[in-house]
Amino acid sequence: MKMTDIARLLDCDVLCCEDQLGGHVYSACGSDMMSDVLAYVKNQAVLLTGLLNTQVIRTAEMMDMVCVVFVRNKMPSEEILRIAKESGIVVMSTKYRMYEACGILYANGLNRIEGDNRG
Amino acid sequence: MGNESLYYRFDVDGENFTSAGEASVQTKRILRRVGFSPDIIKRVSIAMYEGEINMVIHACGGVVELFIEEDKIKIILTDHGPGIENIDLAMQEGYSTAPDNIRSLGFGAGMGLPNMKRYTDSMEIESKVGEGTKITMTVNV
Repeated sequence: MKMTDIARLLDCDVLCCEDQLGGHVYSACGSDMMSDVLAYVKNQAVLLTGLLNTQVIRTAEMMDMVCVVFVRNKMPSEEILRIAKESGIVVMSTKYRMYEACGILYANGLNRIEGDNRG
Repeated sequence: MGNESLYYRFDVDGENFTSAGEASVQTKRILRRVGFSPDIIKRVSIAMYEGEINMVIHACGGVVELFIEEDKIKIILTDHGPGIENIDLAMQEGYSTAPDNIRSLGFGAGMGLPNMKRYTDSMEIESKVGEGTKITMTVNV
């Protein structure tokens, strides 16, 4: 799936790094607990979260993720977007809640991780 | 790289949750520049990032040192925080002394130290209650 597909399926506002929307992603995870993302995530490119602070972007960067989707219409601060731009991470915001947003992407073929049954 | 080793030192500001992780981001860029594999870079930066977050949550900041040697990458985290009372307990997944406000920021699930051990080849904790903690981690390359 391309990141443009994520933006379309979730009716997202794309907030930074639009130039990278053409990139392909193959898996995603949804979590509000960054400790869990750092512990369990493997090779997932997209993070869906309802948590809104700069450490969401730092966590994504540590995990080599390329896209963060904030659910429930959450709008990141300028500081969050600045860090995301520096790291080249696409940031989007969707009106959908976490459960719906994950379900829509999963139903359209975006899986979770290979080789791990958690996350 | 030959036999040369590289050394970097980062101060971690304990008052600023927003800036936590800066040392790990810089380290990631340094390791990319040197040319390590993505797997090594990821393991080192996650372990260091968890350490940085711990320093900010528990110890009012500290110092992170990075040594890039011929056969390994070494990270030393030093703080003058409250120290760890029971290291075995602190190493258990899910055990945390972090306050609720930290959990609302997405951390404090008791995964920090176990994660640091999981992503590195060796980890040694020296801690004295009331004096501080020194954690030495290595990743073989």
